[in-house]
Amino acid sequence: MAILHPEIETLPREEIKKLQSEKLVWQVKRMYENVECFRNRMDEKGLKPEDIHGVEDLAKLPFSYKQDLRDYYPYGLFAEPLENIRRVHASSGTTGKRIVVGYTDNDLDMWSDCVARMLKAIGLSDKDIFQVSFGYGLFTGGFGLHAGVEKIGATVIPMSSGNTSLQIQTMVDFKATAICCTPSYAMYLAEEVEKAGVKDQLSLKVGVFGAEPWSESMRHEIEEKLGIKAYDIYGLSEILGPGVSCECEYQCGMHVWEDHFIPEIIDPDTGEVLPEGSTGELVFTTISKEGFPVIRYHTRDICSLEYAPCKCGRTHIRMNKPSGRSDDMLIIRGVNVFPSQIEEVLLDFGGNEITPNYIIKIDRVNNTDTFDLDVEMSESMFTDDLKSITKTEKAITEKLRSALGLGVRVHLVNPKTIARSEGKAKRVLDLRKL
Amino acid sequence: MLVEQISVFIENKKGRLSEIAEVLAQNNIDISALSLADTDEYGVLRMIVTDPHKAKKALADHGVIGKVTTVLAVAIEDRPGGFYEALTVLTDNGVEIKYMYACVSHEKGKALMILSVENPVEVEKMITQSKDGITNPSAIYRI
Repeated sequence: MAILHPEIETLPREEIKKLQSEKLVWQVKRMYENVECFRNRMDEKGLKPEDIHGVEDLAKLPFSYKQDLRDYYPYGLFAEPLENIRRVHASSGTTGKRIVVGYTDNDLDMWSDCVARMLKAIGLSDKDIFQVSFGYGLFTGGFGLHAGVEKIGATVIPMSSGNTSLQIQTMVDFKATAICCTPSYAMYLAEEVEKAGVKDQLSLKVGVFGAEPWSESMRHEIEEKLGIKAYDIYGLSEILGPGVSCECEYQCGMHVWEDHFIPEIIDPDTGEVLPEGSTGELVFTTISKEGFPVIRYHTRDICSLEYAPCKCGRTHIRMNKPSGRSDDMLIIRGVNVFPSQIEEVLLDFGGNEITPNYIIKIDRVNNTDTFDLDVEMSESMFTDDLKSITKTEKAITEKLRSALGLGVRVHLVNPKTIARSEGKAKRVLDLRKL
Repeated sequence: MLVEQISVFIENKKGRLSEIAEVLAQNNIDISALSLADTDEYGVLRMIVTDPHKAKKALADHGVIGKVTTVLAVAIEDRPGGFYEALTVLTDNGVEIKYMYACVSHEKGKALMILSVENPVEVEKMITQSKDGITNPSAIYRI
């Protein structure tokens, strides 16, 4: 398969390191000048930009965290003046406040390059018709893929998410050869295609799936049912959006575009960098990004890195599918959910004294995540009037929907029926077999 | 007359009702009247019992949430039209009933209505002052 930027994608590892070193020194210097939060952290460590000579000094640099984005909401972490910021994207934060990221023209160009490299790597060209079924909007998915598809000269169908029957009709009528969406939506689409009996009318060859965890068995099922090859794409808004890393034709881990991002695997408890091949928390440093750069940003994703050269000829390291999180974030139907968000909503219903006990139950039924919440009935919620209890239940459901951006089924249960271990209730029951 | 009613939260699950009945039995609490209002998943069991506060405590010890509230117990004539006449008094005075249930009375020729209203003290006055077939059940056994 074609390689879009062979001079970069197959650069010998020593050369990659050299390139990274140059860019890191540049990035540290400009961030020290332009980003207050970073400067303060450097000063606290007694570090000056001159102390950083290359990637060998990376571990000296201070970490950054999702909380920083909330503390400096909305633009406080941008390293460029707003007139140079061409676009912003945002995603849900843990508790109410969203996180905001910004892109300069160069950033948008680099982003579309990253996506374009992947699309080439999985065999797409200007002959292809690409249906972007990620949502368009503040979410990075839709626009991110869109620009990459344009970059390789293929035709974009900017479909956005939802409306399954129209998705299928569009795929068939417009002869889409490729599609991107969340893997669980792909499973759903596959089933609907099967039901509609239109599999043989599809022109689909490949699918690009990401934004939520999925397994190898899901991959096989999607491939089987849609008659395509299914590829994994990884990204997060704080680093770029989709395209930070992605699979090549060999589907053996996601190449991290190391000319733009330096990954590290650390021990989430101690912050120590772990030896090559270890599994730990993935941390990224963005060495090309101008608008919203980060140094040693905690992704909270747990995974490992593969340094051996890939059969495709690319020298950029591969990351394995994240196997979990170092925080308690859940990904439900592609939406990030933190138990703390639920707790905050429930607190309003506990007379602001105690949070009612609750347990989050997640499962996957017919390839769609189910999201149930059992809430223990409490003195403050209970009345002799059934109607007002039903009203409370509806109010909880509605408040959660607007806080999480996700529908949840609330069940009121008897007190003390939610199991507690060592005095602390277990908050999450994730029955999905991924 | 005003009586204290205990209401408990009850999940629609097998055995829940009998758990509650068992606790009351063990504590020697007698049930005079009960009604169950429910949805698909849960309900509220309302009871008139000999000692509602004792019942609440005993049930709480078994993880059942209860609340003691004041409701009205009204005796009506156990004959065609008795219920209608009783309701007329309330309707004419603009009283809204949140919920109600009925039970048989131990007094011959009378039936009992348990009523939940916004302001039970006022409504009680209203009823005792009316004559239309409504009697105060204070003489009635156990309530």
